[in-house]
Amino acid sequence: MYGEPMTRFPWHLSSRLRIGGCAIICALAAGCATTQPYDYGNFRAHRPRSILILPPLNESTAVEGTYGYLSTVSQPVAELGYYVFPVEVVDQFLKDNGMPTAGEMHQVPLNKVLEITGADAVLFVTLEKYGSQYNVLSSTTIVRVHARLVDTRTQTLLWEGHGEAQQGSSNGSGGLLGAAIAAAISQAINSKTDQAHNVSRLANANMFAAQSRGLPHGPYSPDYNKDP
Amino acid sequence: MRRRVALAVGTLLFTGCATRHGLYAWGSYEELIYSSYEAPGKIPPESEVDILEQDYQKARAASRALPPGWHAHLGYLYYQLGKPAEARREFETEKAQFPESAVFMNRLLANVR
Repeated sequence: MYGEPMTRFPWHLSSRLRIGGCAIICALAAGCATTQPYDYGNFRAHRPRSILILPPLNESTAVEGTYGYLSTVSQPVAELGYYVFPVEVVDQFLKDNGMPTAGEMHQVPLNKVLEITGADAVLFVTLEKYGSQYNVLSSTTIVRVHARLVDTRTQTLLWEGHGEAQQGSSNGSGGLLGAAIAAAISQAINSKTDQAHNVSRLANANMFAAQSRGLPHGPYSPDYNKDP
Repeated sequence: MRRRVALAVGTLLFTGCATRHGLYAWGSYEELIYSSYEAPGKIPPESEVDILEQDYQKARAASRALPPGWHAHLGYLYYQLGKPAEARREFETEKAQFPESAVFMNRLLANVR
């Protein structure tokens, strides 16, 4: 869930590993520091209060990605302090009004969205990768998204972000046969619970909370206007 | 020294997470959306309404706000179940809690007779 720790440092590991872990954290932090900060000029000029999130354009090979992703994106945006329109109601409403697919929804004129819903901005998400790759001994689930927040009144691009997350499952112990069985079991579990749906939440966290490139806080957040 | 730094980093990570309280009580809202698309009909609208009403009671008991869109979503379910009075009540609640929803809620209210 959003807001919970994503990584916990394994304190039981040997001190050499611990030092190595610290080095990795430092390397990550240093890597972040060199990222070009986002230009929030357009964002600050419009400051949206409400965001309408459309079902994502799905460029992955997994058809279930569209709604597997859509059901993970309200929470991070609303918790940043925005009014987020009810995604399923909006989806049904657009379907009832002659837009059966995300592709058609993404073509809807922004002035029409403003007139019908009153939304200040629309979040257009593209799902670039969504799904699991299975190897003999392990599987990796990857979700990669790209999002554009566009002002409905002026059609200005207010913010743009990328996010990616991976989750692997593997088993190094128990010999080759044991590992193969473990991979088969985790494969069965993965396909049942739609691992990528869960990884979507991590990809969203990486995108919306990206260091100096994230989506700024909205009016319902106690941190509103405190962003860079 | 190294140990102390590692400890400090760990403490920071943990306290940072522990004190972070979300703005809203999400309950089952997003997982219900997920299941309604992933396995349509698996949870009938009546059960979905029951689950959401239980989430509502829990949020009230904990004095926590429900997320944006939540009441509108519940209202839409009531509308689908042919319960216009309940649907109207939820759309009006959404509008009162979040004025940003007024244009869309008025449009939905106009369709509920």
